[in-house]
Amino acid sequence: MSDVKIRIRGLKKHFGSKKVLDGIDLDIETGTGMVVIGGSGTGKSVLLKSILGLVTPDEGSIEIDGVDVLKAHPREARSLRQQIGMLFQNGALFDSLPVWENVAFGLLAQNKVSRAKARDVAVEVLAQVGLGADVARLSPSELSGGMQKRVGLARAIAARPVIMFFDEPTTGLDPIMGAVIDELIVDCVKKLGSTSIAITHDMASAQRIGDKAAMLYQGRITWTGPASALLTSTDPVVDQFTHGRAHGPIQMALRK
Amino acid sequence: MKAFLDAVAWLGAAVLGLVEYLGELGIFAVSGVLAIFRPPYYPRQIGRAFMEIGYFSLPVVALTALFTGMVLALQSYTGFSRFGAEGAIASVVVLSVARELGPVLAGLMVSGRAGAAMAAELGTMRVTDQIDALSTLSTDPMKYLVAPRLLAATIALPLLVVLADILGVMGGYLVATQKLGFSSGGYLTSTFTNLETQDVISGLIKAAVFGFIIALMGCFNGYRSRGGAQGVGSATTSAVVSASILILALDYVLTQVLFVK
Repeated sequence: MSDVKIRIRGLKKHFGSKKVLDGIDLDIETGTGMVVIGGSGTGKSVLLKSILGLVTPDEGSIEIDGVDVLKAHPREARSLRQQIGMLFQNGALFDSLPVWENVAFGLLAQNKVSRAKARDVAVEVLAQVGLGADVARLSPSELSGGMQKRVGLARAIAARPVIMFFDEPTTGLDPIMGAVIDELIVDCVKKLGSTSIAITHDMASAQRIGDKAAMLYQGRITWTGPASALLTSTDPVVDQFTHGRAHGPIQMALRK
Repeated sequence: MKAFLDAVAWLGAAVLGLVEYLGELGIFAVSGVLAIFRPPYYPRQIGRAFMEIGYFSLPVVALTALFTGMVLALQSYTGFSRFGAEGAIASVVVLSVARELGPVLAGLMVSGRAGAAMAAELGTMRVTDQIDALSTLSTDPMKYLVAPRLLAATIALPLLVVLADILGVMGGYLVATQKLGFSSGGYLTSTFTNLETQDVISGLIKAAVFGFIIALMGCFNGYRSRGGAQGVGSATTSAVVSASILILALDYVLTQVLFVK
């Protein structure tokens, strides 16, 4: 049996009368890059937030290293979740702090280093994502979208996490910047030896950063396979989604 | 019959909604207060909040207090002269400012300025995932964002009210001596003869409670805002309106407790 880093079983979550997750089963093996694809509003972000503890699921289990974080003592669950670094869709940088404090925030929060040392670490990590030391003192509002994504990535890897989540990493970027971000993600994940989960609509990005892929449809994982097989899959849902066909099994609200 | 059942259902839903809101607010308030006392502490955040709430509110509170004292002296003179009681103006000004107008007006002004800013800042952080990002970086948002604001506002408002008390009395003094012909010494003597420590202390107790309420409503509404710019706007409005109403309502309760024997 392969070494499973994250195991999800029967995960359910509804908001009011809307059922978002309806029994998710998913295994992510250690060192694997899993890409979850699916339409807007199908619960991809809710899935990530459930693993992070930002959303409390109604039912099911989420195991990290064999420990169910939903049933574990809060301190143990928190410790397991501290292994996770997250790149948010819009960067989610803290407006009130300069770039270097954003990058070193996790280190400062855990009192791992002094402020002077944290600044040095931040500059080093910024260099890893292709940003110079001059960016460190800037405010997030002074950065372009691509630079904000890079800073977000730097913040996610600063504490050297063993699990990394990427929420729509290329959304809002031009194709070249999207490819650059993907390259940085692959590079960072490889250097850290991390296990990763990415959610995306971008098929080119999914194939670049993922080893495996899963299709989330109607609250369930309906297909899993190699990321390289996404465009050649014969599954009708995956086929319609990856090729962006207007007609097929996926019923959009506008077409009803 | 259907209309009656619909009305009952609407009433039931409204009551349940209110109870849920109050329950959430109560839990938020208790969590915020506990977060003040539990480590880790964030002195930089406390200092920043103190500057935002206290220091940057100084001009608006000072001007409000000064003009209120001036108007109060003028109005009191106009009214009291009908009964030949002009001599009571100094007492009326100082007691009104120290007991009521200082804390209430400072509270309302700070609510409009700092309470709105808190709700807008936390609301924006909520809708742009910054609060979620804090959680993923091993930081409890209640400790990092809410506790420093609660603490800073509870300390800052009494300090602002001390200033408001001084400037309010000064405003009354200026009008009385420069316009109404009172002697400087007589006005000040009358002011301090009738002022008791209890009057000032009770005003400061009110101010501390109002400061806590302003920060609580600002943080609570911002923290739970949803739906982008419109949600942040609604949260800001709710923060100011709810804090202002609570200040006026609690002012009555506190007056009852502190002054009525």
